[in-house]
Amino acid sequence: MAQLTYRAAVARAIAQEMRRDDSVVFLGEDVAAAGGVFKATPGLLDEFGAERVRDTPISEQAILGAAMGAAMTGLRPIAEIMFADFFAVAWDIVVNEIAKSRYMTNGQVSFPLVIRSGNGGGLRFGAQHSQSVENWAMAVPGLKVIAPSNPRDVIGLLAAAVRDPDPVLFFEHKALYAAKGEVPDGEIVDELGTARVLRRGRDCTIAALGAMVPRALAAAGQLSSQGIEATVVDVRSLVPLDTATILETVAATGRLFTVEENPRLCGWGAELASIVSEECFHDLDGPIVRITTPHVPLPAADVLEDIALPSVARVVESVRTAVG
Amino acid sequence: MTSTVPDLPDIASETRMELYRLQLEMRHFEKRAYDLFMQSLVKGTSHLSLGQEAIAAAFGVAMMPGDWTFATYRGHAHTLARGVPMTAVLAELMGRANGLMGGKGGSMHLTSVEHGVMGSYAIIGAHLTIANGAAWSAQYRRSGQVAVCFFGDGTTNIGAFHEAVNFAAVWKLPVVFVCENNLYMEYTPIAAVTAVDRPAADRAAAYGLEPVVVDGNDADVMYQTAVRAVERARSGAGPSLIEALTYRHGGHSRADPGKYRPAEEIAAWLERDPVPLYRSRLLSLGVPRAELERLEQAVAEAVDLATEEAKAGPPPAPELLMSDVWADGGSSWRN
Ligand SMILES: Cc1ncc(C[n+]2csc(CCOP(=O)(O)OP(=O)(O)O)c2C)c(N)n1
Ligand SMILES: [Mg+2]
Repeated sequence: MAQLTYRAAVARAIAQEMRRDDSVVFLGEDVAAAGGVFKATPGLLDEFGAERVRDTPISEQAILGAAMGAAMTGLRPIAEIMFADFFAVAWDIVVNEIAKSRYMTNGQVSFPLVIRSGNGGGLRFGAQHSQSVENWAMAVPGLKVIAPSNPRDVIGLLAAAVRDPDPVLFFEHKALYAAKGEVPDGEIVDELGTARVLRRGRDCTIAALGAMVPRALAAAGQLSSQGIEATVVDVRSLVPLDTATILETVAATGRLFTVEENPRLCGWGAELASIVSEECFHDLDGPIVRITTPHVPLPAADVLEDIALPSVARVVESVRTAVG
Repeated sequence: MTSTVPDLPDIASETRMELYRLQLEMRHFEKRAYDLFMQSLVKGTSHLSLGQEAIAAAFGVAMMPGDWTFATYRGHAHTLARGVPMTAVLAELMGRANGLMGGKGGSMHLTSVEHGVMGSYAIIGAHLTIANGAAWSAQYRRSGQVAVCFFGDGTTNIGAFHEAVNFAAVWKLPVVFVCENNLYMEYTPIAAVTAVDRPAADRAAAYGLEPVVVDGNDADVMYQTAVRAVERARSGAGPSLIEALTYRHGGHSRADPGKYRPAEEIAAWLERDPVPLYRSRLLSLGVPRAELERLEQAVAEAVDLATEEAKAGPPPAPELLMSDVWADGGSSWRN
């Protein structure tokens, strides 16, 4: 066991997989010599050399196209899109090329690739460097979508993503890069498509993702001192989605709250709400409540951004009002 | 028409016969595909290469097994050029179970990995970046494979083209970019929307590449150009960007009669139809007329047979709808 930051976990995960498998290669803007703009990938160039860890031009389409073409011809590339907002400039490659090509070729090609990206807000970067876009990805058939909330999951889920035969969009949260957590020594490989129940309580289920997970946990702590016991589920994997864990915990508690950083409309919690209301409606003791960023671009000023993103206080207040 | 290809050793007579055979196959196949649209046996859309066959044929002959083709929605010819059976391609156009992709891709997405046809892509420009990835894989694995990527003149004005050519040049990738300049995007003349005269070649210098403009309707010139570019890529010398001048005989797609083009322009290019041009070349080189006629007869019969086989195919099974989103063969997104 060691304390590791979330950003150090990224480099450890990539190194773990590159040591194991020569076909794993890594490319992106400023990722090699500079170790990434978030300093999540230092040391990889030194250990694995310039053939496997490659700096690219500022060409998001070329980066993702290269990852795709390499994946269909025997490599297992990891590509970095610096800020998740930048997916927009290469979205064709993601949704029309990578996501559709296996299907439209009747299974002739596979895309064992991972696209990592710094997602989400909280750093006062303003509207074009802060959005949580995991719900864009979730809306596309053919993409797996992962968002880890802690260093251990970064390693285990990134390793699982690299080993997976399908394309995985791996949303790291920018505001978590400095966060620390306990990480076991040795190889860590987790499983995609599994949520994690972080805490059990009888009164409600709070489902959260990425940077909203520590907030949901903090809220659950405060609620407990007010006599409300919450189950907290770290969703971790939007596609595949661990509906079994969600349905089981909702059946046990009778209430579901989602804590979502994505803007409100068509956020991942809407899909959860739909599944829960279709499949365990009679277990519900009250309406499903979605706690989200409002449907606005994110502002830069700290005061405004803090109001926009779901806060511990907002989660506590929403749950207390609905359950209390 | 200019050609910057240096004289290469003469082309072997078997090679010339193969260049002719492939062009004939493409020509007969696509005429048949057109007839089948008219009978509503082919649905949706389709983009023909009638008039542009010499380019795909030349690369088909110049490439080695294991090399990769990346084509566009106008990709029937490029697919046939790699030896993909006509029956499977025609059946795919007809949406049959015996189609190349079981009916799931259609005319615009022809793919046959076993023949090195790594896909036909219908979003302008994207596949140049994907071809780079295959070339990177070959470079990294030192496999000696080459990726060849075909696209049109209109494609030189989209960002992905510029990203891809720069990227390939910087990484010295074994990739050949082949711009088939047929003078039009869909309806608009390329000259009306492009800042330079030669949409591909005039951009080459920006990426440190040689400008190459060749007669895309002369299969011999195309073949020599292809050999040179493929060998350059294989030797590790990096990418090439080739602009092949050509013309499509018909409209952009099934929906387009091509009426926006001046009659004299069409007539001038029909004079330069690559298939009869090549036939005359072979005759003048002493190939017996009877041998050509035998070949023409054989190709026509093969197209008839492929048509019957394609038509005999059943429709795809409904289960196919939900298959092969994922590598496990399924489409499940939840437990
Ligand atoms: C990104 C994108 N924009 C527009 C289209 C619609 N479109 C399909 S083919 C085409 C013309 C392409 O012209 P060119 O590159 O010269 O190829 P050609 O069809 O002449 O072979 C256009 C505009 C598209 N498929 N993708
Ligand atoms: Mg054109």
